[in-house]
Amino acid sequence: MVKFVIIAKEDTVMSQLSHTHLDQLENQSIFIFREAYHAFKNIAMPWSMGKDSNVLIWLARKSFFGKVPFPVLHIDTTYEFPEMLEFRDWATKHYNLNLIVKINTEARERGIGYETHDPVTVTHELKTVALQQVLAEYKWDALITGIRRDEDPTRAKERYFSARNAQFEWDYKDQPPEFWEQFVTAAAKGEHVRVQPLLDWTEVDIWRYIQRENIPIPQMYFARNGKRFRSLGCSPITQPINSTASTIDEIIAELESTRTTERAGRAQDHHERNAMQKLRAKGFL
Amino acid sequence: MKQPENPQSELRDPKLKVVFVGHVDHGKSTLIGRILHDTDSLPEGKIDMVKKACAAEGMEFEFAFVLDALLEEQKQNVTIDTTQIPFRTARRNYVIIDAPGHKEFLKNMITGASRADAAILVIAANEGVREQSRRHAYLLSLLGIKQLIVVINKMDLAEFSEKRFLEVESEYRKFLVDLSLEARAFIPAAARQGENVASRSEKMAWYRGPTVLEAFDLLEPQKADVDLPLRFCVQDVYRFDERRIVAGRIETGTLRVGDELVFSPANKSSVVASIERWNAPPDGAAVAGDSIGITLSEQIFIERGYVASHETDTPIETNRFHADLFWIVREPLRVGRPYNLRLATQEVKCQIVSIEQVMNSSTLETKIDKREQLERNEVGRLTIETRGPLVIDNHDRIPNLGRFVIVDDDEIYGGGTIFGGVYTDRSVAKSQNIFWSEGKITARERALRSGHRGAVVWFTGLSGAGKSTIAQALERELFNRAMQTYVLDGDNVRHGLNANLGFAPEDRVENIRRVSEVAKLMADAGAVVITAFISPYRMDRRRAREIALEGNAEFIEVFVDAPLDVCETRDPKNLYKKARAGEIRDFTGIDAPYEAPEDAEIVVHTDRQSVDESVATILEQLLPRLKADEPNE
Repeated sequence: MVKFVIIAKEDTVMSQLSHTHLDQLENQSIFIFREAYHAFKNIAMPWSMGKDSNVLIWLARKSFFGKVPFPVLHIDTTYEFPEMLEFRDWATKHYNLNLIVKINTEARERGIGYETHDPVTVTHELKTVALQQVLAEYKWDALITGIRRDEDPTRAKERYFSARNAQFEWDYKDQPPEFWEQFVTAAAKGEHVRVQPLLDWTEVDIWRYIQRENIPIPQMYFARNGKRFRSLGCSPITQPINSTASTIDEIIAELESTRTTERAGRAQDHHERNAMQKLRAKGFL
Repeated sequence: MKQPENPQSELRDPKLKVVFVGHVDHGKSTLIGRILHDTDSLPEGKIDMVKKACAAEGMEFEFAFVLDALLEEQKQNVTIDTTQIPFRTARRNYVIIDAPGHKEFLKNMITGASRADAAILVIAANEGVREQSRRHAYLLSLLGIKQLIVVINKMDLAEFSEKRFLEVESEYRKFLVDLSLEARAFIPAAARQGENVASRSEKMAWYRGPTVLEAFDLLEPQKADVDLPLRFCVQDVYRFDERRIVAGRIETGTLRVGDELVFSPANKSSVVASIERWNAPPDGAAVAGDSIGITLSEQIFIERGYVASHETDTPIETNRFHADLFWIVREPLRVGRPYNLRLATQEVKCQIVSIEQVMNSSTLETKIDKREQLERNEVGRLTIETRGPLVIDNHDRIPNLGRFVIVDDDEIYGGGTIFGGVYTDRSVAKSQNIFWSEGKITARERALRSGHRGAVVWFTGLSGAGKSTIAQALERELFNRAMQTYVLDGDNVRHGLNANLGFAPEDRVENIRRVSEVAKLMADAGAVVITAFISPYRMDRRRAREIALEGNAEFIEVFVDAPLDVCETRDPKNLYKKARAGEIRDFTGIDAPYEAPEDAEIVVHTDRQSVDESVATILEQLLPRLKADEPNE
């Protein structure tokens, strides 16, 4: 299935003696991956098949010499774009991933859905609660997430290793200091640690890295009929933006001239004031 | 607030990370607001919005409000923690990390500043150098920030006076010299009016140095140092396929295929067979900053924490070193209490042996008072001992191997930098097999591992003199110092080991003999064994000493002395009463003799000394005898 593969135009030969910005980010992410893999016995990596998620898988393979040595978790809201599911199945085979798919069937049976409920409620039930359920089942000590500081104001405050208590709460007001790349590497019973190797990356960095490394991503990020998706979530609440960007170069050029935010097309963020903050305080990634 | 970015600089030139520090109200926020404005980094209409809001409130417009408004928008009611604000000059992109102005400033400043390439320290010309001006610079020096720009702000409140500028500059420059910090520039500025921020001030024509933005462009990104000796810190050893890959990051120096590497602390060598990277062009060399894997031509045992270097320039291997340590949590650091220490990828148990000096981080005055603890926000110069061997460098030589954190309860409690370590020629040590021989484990090796020698501390004294009580208190004190220790007393040997023995004279002799043998073995295993038996006969105690010496264990006799009448009054187990009533026979002091020691190493008088005083007397004389030898002597 060659259709997901993007042909890189960028010259990938690097000068070893002068690290580029991307080299620095890559080296730091690999370091964080390895620290996490050593520190936590029972670890998993949520995977949304979105661009950041695929960069994360790529960096895991960089860290572990081609292998992804822990399960990847897809929280399936049942509102996934068919193209994303197709990509999921292709990539699982292609990368030889140990894929775990979790659906909050209990909530779906209760009738929770975008047809009848507001997006904040549905996102909470079908993503956060689903994650809580699967965490309780597999008892992971750590989750490797693809969040970035530049995505959203609340994410700017994250640490590379960030503990979440049993209620999934994140105490952003009193976080432990983190310096000299020494991380909090223990989770108390019922807690887990979020490991965030992409924290320092920006949206443009992600695109440049996808370009440099030739990382497969879903085609929905590229413009078709004057529209493309900048950020991908559940199909009923994710809107494409007007765009003619059909190559990575065009996407980067577009990002450099825009002043709207990356997640502007994601309805659950804007349903009410501080929606993202509320979702995140309750454990949303 | 997305900036149009120059793709070339974005790709090739990492963003320079700067942190703003300085005394409260000296104008950090105003300077940031001004910089954002002057570099056109603010969202459209932001200034007008803030100006209108100010007018509505009847307030004068302030650039600090621009930053506040920006942060307000960013934070949406959440207290600001480490955050990032981008701006750019014609030369490159910058990120301001950790905006000032929140409560838990220290923790966050350390988190933010530790990632910074450079720091901007703001001092108000009218107020001059203040407490935080000094403390922040001190923390920057401990964190290893080398590039500093000092902005003497609010020059408008000092009549743009060159004299005032020179006064503040000279005072602060002197202070920085003591920290071995050197400012790239001292800039007289008035952030509010924009004097010397983006454009040259006409009111301060006497100043010929760079403006704030020009000074920024003279900074360089903090680079991993390729020119220093090689230090490759092992994170893990992977066997995902037929390859055995040693994974880690090169902290300093260069590593090439074919290099012979020395792994510390094992002090074993092997040659680099390949450098492993996934989906990257093959390369025969890797440099500082690279997260790589290597395979070796000879399979030697390697685990996380090992540090590879070239044989000509090895790190220091020790279990005792000196450091400056800053403490950031409420719970004080205590001498003798065990903590975890992390240095690069190494983690060991450690304890603070002593605090030699406590430094006031704002005046740099040192107080040499033998302190037992270090409080929050204090910096101590101290001696640390680790359980196992630790691979270190002096901080001024190789920063990444010369700094460590103290961890407790999985949280970082403090950070330190190492100084004064002595480098030895490892090739000599190796040929003489001084380090970590492979044969029988010696008492010295055990002592180096545990940080103290094994010993038999033999208590003797009448029933009721306080042997068990003091032994337990002593055991607790030693335990709190992270020492291996154990009390042998009637309670734990009479029930098992010596269950077949009574109190007849020959049984007592055998009882003491067995205790002596067990104590010797435990001391040989590295423990400080405290025995608490009446052991009334001189001959038995002499034999106990001989047994201990056979096993090369130190024997320390402690006479727990109290007059018979005092002991009889205490009578905790009603034994004297029963002996007087004839219900028990051969009771020491009543109808059996007690031969008081004539040459005990330590004597405590429990009729005059409290338990604490007795323990203190014992510790004072005992601890020096238990010290492990210096490993490099």
